[in-house]
Amino acid sequence: MSTATIQPTYNYKVVRQFAIMAVVWAIVGMGMGLFIATQMVFPELNLDLPWTSFGRLRPLHTNAVIFAFGGCVLFATSYYVVQRTCQATLAMPGLASFTFWGWQLVIVLAAITLPMGMTSSKEYAELEWPIDILIAIVWVSYAIVFFATIMKRKAKHIYVANWFFGAFIITVAILHIVNSASVPVTLTKSYSAYAGAMDAMIQWWYGHNAVGFFLTAGFLGMMYYFVPKQAERPVYSYRLSIVHFWALIAIYIWAGPHHLHYTALPDWAQSLGMVMSLILLAPSWGGMINGIMTLSGAWHKLRTDPILRFLVVSLSFYGMSTFEGPMMAIKTVNALSHYTDWTIGHVHSGALGWVAMVSFGSLYHLIPKVCGREQMYSIGLINTHFWLATIGTVLYVVAMWVNGITQGLMWRAVNNDGTLTYSFLESVTASHFGYVVRAIGGAFFLAGVLIMAYNLYRTVKLGSENQQEGEAQASPAQMA
Amino acid sequence: MMSSFWSGWVVILTLACLAFVIYVLFTTWRQQREETTTETTGHAYDGIEELDNPMPKWWLALFVGTIVFSAGYLALYPGLGNWKGFLDWTSTGELERHQQKHDRRYQPLFEQYANTPIEELVNNPKAVKMGERIFLNNCALCHGSDAAGAFGFPNLTDDDWLYGGTADAITTTIMEGRNGQMPAWGAVIGEKGVRDVATFIRANAGLVDKVAPATMTAGKKIYDTTCAVCHNADGKGNQLLGAPDLTDEVWLYGSSQAQVEYTIRNGRNGVMPAWKDILGKEKVHLVATYVFSLDEDNKDNEKETD
Repeated sequence: MSTATIQPTYNYKVVRQFAIMAVVWAIVGMGMGLFIATQMVFPELNLDLPWTSFGRLRPLHTNAVIFAFGGCVLFATSYYVVQRTCQATLAMPGLASFTFWGWQLVIVLAAITLPMGMTSSKEYAELEWPIDILIAIVWVSYAIVFFATIMKRKAKHIYVANWFFGAFIITVAILHIVNSASVPVTLTKSYSAYAGAMDAMIQWWYGHNAVGFFLTAGFLGMMYYFVPKQAERPVYSYRLSIVHFWALIAIYIWAGPHHLHYTALPDWAQSLGMVMSLILLAPSWGGMINGIMTLSGAWHKLRTDPILRFLVVSLSFYGMSTFEGPMMAIKTVNALSHYTDWTIGHVHSGALGWVAMVSFGSLYHLIPKVCGREQMYSIGLINTHFWLATIGTVLYVVAMWVNGITQGLMWRAVNNDGTLTYSFLESVTASHFGYVVRAIGGAFFLAGVLIMAYNLYRTVKLGSENQQEGEAQASPAQMA
Repeated sequence: MMSSFWSGWVVILTLACLAFVIYVLFTTWRQQREETTTETTGHAYDGIEELDNPMPKWWLALFVGTIVFSAGYLALYPGLGNWKGFLDWTSTGELERHQQKHDRRYQPLFEQYANTPIEELVNNPKAVKMGERIFLNNCALCHGSDAAGAFGFPNLTDDDWLYGGTADAITTTIMEGRNGQMPAWGAVIGEKGVRDVATFIRANAGLVDKVAPATMTAGKKIYDTTCAVCHNADGKGNQLLGAPDLTDEVWLYGSSQAQVEYTIRNGRNGVMPAWKDILGKEKVHLVATYVFSLDEDNKDNEKETD
C-alpha cells in the first residue's frame, strides 16, 4: 500500500548540513582525543599552557565527540528517517534550520569557553549557564520539529525507529534542564542548584542517561532504519522491538548510581542502581538481536558491502559493551574496575565501536541520497575506513582493558605487613605502554575519518555537478 | 534514614517500574507465536517491513533470570527505601569488619617496635622498610616517593629541618601536624618595601652579587623591624616557630626574586596534617624511624655491619 503513495519532496537541505558538519566535528573531536591521548604518552605536550592542558582539553574532546559529532549525526538521521518513514516533509523548515545554526553556535561556544577554563565542572555537562539555556532552546525546537513531523504522518502506526528518536529527544531535554539547574554568579560562572551527595546523584542520573538516551536510544533509532534498509530485509521481530523498547527506557533511567558505588551515596541507592543495571542487560541485547537477526538471509551481502559491515560490527560492539556495562555495575567487579582505565576502555568500546561505527554506516547510506547520487564516490575507501576503524577500536579497547586490570590489581596488592605494595606512581608507569597502544589505536581511527571526509567531499562535489548538469538539461525543455 | 514518605516513594516507584516491565514482557510473550515465520505485521515504512517472529527463548530466560536475581538481591540487601534487607548489611558495617580484621592481623607487627627508641630502631632494616612502606602509602603524595619533597613540601633527605631533626621532633611533627604560617606583608610594607627586603634577604644568602647600598639599608631596616622576630636577626630562622633559615640553599617556595617577593607580599600557609588519628602512634613511630634514617649520620654504622 505504502509503495503506491506519491513520494512527497523531503527537506534534505538540513539533513545534508548536519551530515557534513558531523564529519567535520568528528575530525575535530577525535583529533582532540588523539592529542590528549598523546599527552598521556608525552606529558610535555601539555605545552605548559593552561589552554592546552589535559584538564581543559578533555572536556572539549568529550563535548566535541558526543554533542558535536554525535549530536549532528542524530539530527541528520532523525530528520531523514522521520520524513521518510512518515512520508511527510519536515514540519516547520524555518525552525529546523534554526536547530542547525543554533546547534553549531553551541558547539563553537563550547570550543571557545572550555579551553578558557570556563566550566560548571559537571562531567559531560561542563558548559556554563548561558550556553545551557541556548541548548535548551535548540533542543525544545528540535522536539517541536520532530513531533510535528510525526503528526503529519500518512500511516496510522509510528515506526519503531521514531519511538527511539522520540524517547531520546524527550528524555535528553529533561536530563539537560534538571542537571543544568544552577545559580549564576557572573556571565561565565554558576554554582549547581544541588549540593553534596544529591548533586553527585543528579549528575550521574544525567551522566549515565546521556549514555543511555543520547548515545543508545538515539543510535538504536538509527539502527532500526539503516540496518533493514541497507540489508534490504524486514526487521526480525516486531514483538522484540516492543518489549526491548519499553524495558530499555523504563530501566535505563535508574542505572546512574552505579557510577557512585562505595561513595557517600546511601547504600539503598547503590544497590538499586546495581540491580537496575543488571536488568538492563536483556533490554539492551534485544536491540542487538533484532539488528543482527535482520541480516538472516542477507549475510552474503557482508562480503561486498562495507556499509553493512560497519552496521554489523557496530551491533557486535553494542552487544559487547552492554554486557560489560551491567557486569561492571556489580559492586564486587566495580571495586576492581572503578577509577581505572577499564572504564575508559568500556566507554570507548561503546563510543568508537557502537556509536561512531553505526554513525559511519548510516552516513554512508544517507549522504549519497541527500546529495543526489546513487552511492558514495568510492566504495573502496569505505572499506579502507572500515578496517582502520575496526583495528583502531580493538587496539584502543584492549590497551585499556590491560591497563585497567593492571591498575586495579596493583592498587589492591598488599605487603605482608598490610601496607600497599605499589605507590600510585608505579601504576602510572606500568600503564605507559598501554597509553602508547591507545594513541596508536586512536590514530588509526582518526585516519579512517579523514578518508571518510575525502570521500564525502568528492561525493558532494560530484553531486552538485550532477545537479548543475541536470538543471542545464532541464532548462531548455522548460522553455520549449 | 529517609522519612517514611520518601521511603514509600522509592518503594512504590521501583516496584511500579518493575511491574510495568514485567507486564509488557509477559503480555507480549503470551500473544506471540511459537515458531519463526516469514509473515510480517502488515505495515511498511519507507519500504521497511517487520516480521512477526517470536522473541528468542534464551533471551526471555536471560531477562527473567536478571529480574529474579534482582528480586532476591533486593530482599537480602538494602535497596527498597528503608528496607534493611534480611542480611542486615550496611557498607559502614562491612568497612568496620574489614578494619577490625586488618587490625587483628597487622597491629601486632607494628606494636612489636613501639617500645624501641627510634635512635636504636633506625638500625633495624626491617623496621625501616616497614616505615618506608607506610611513608609511600601516606606521605609520598606530598613529599615524593624519594622523600625529596616538592615546591611547598619540605625535602626530608637533607640536613635542613624546619621544626628540628631529632627523633622526638620528627615524631611530634607527624603526630600533631604543623602549620607554617608566613603572614602577608604586602599591605604593611608596600611594594617597594617588598622589593627591598627580598633583595636584602637574597643578597645575604649570596644569591645576588651587586646591590645598591641604599637598597641594602632600606631592606635591612624592614628586615630588622618586621622579619627578625621569627627569622632571627642573623636570618638563621627559629625551629620553635618553624621559621626557615634564610641564609642556606634550601628554599621551600623558590629562591628567585619573583618567588621571594611573592612569599613576602602574599604570605604562605604550609600545612602538615596530624597523623595520630589516621595512622596511630605505632605506625607513626615507624614512619618517624624511616624519616630519621634518611640522614646516614643517624645510623650506627658499626652495628649495621655486624
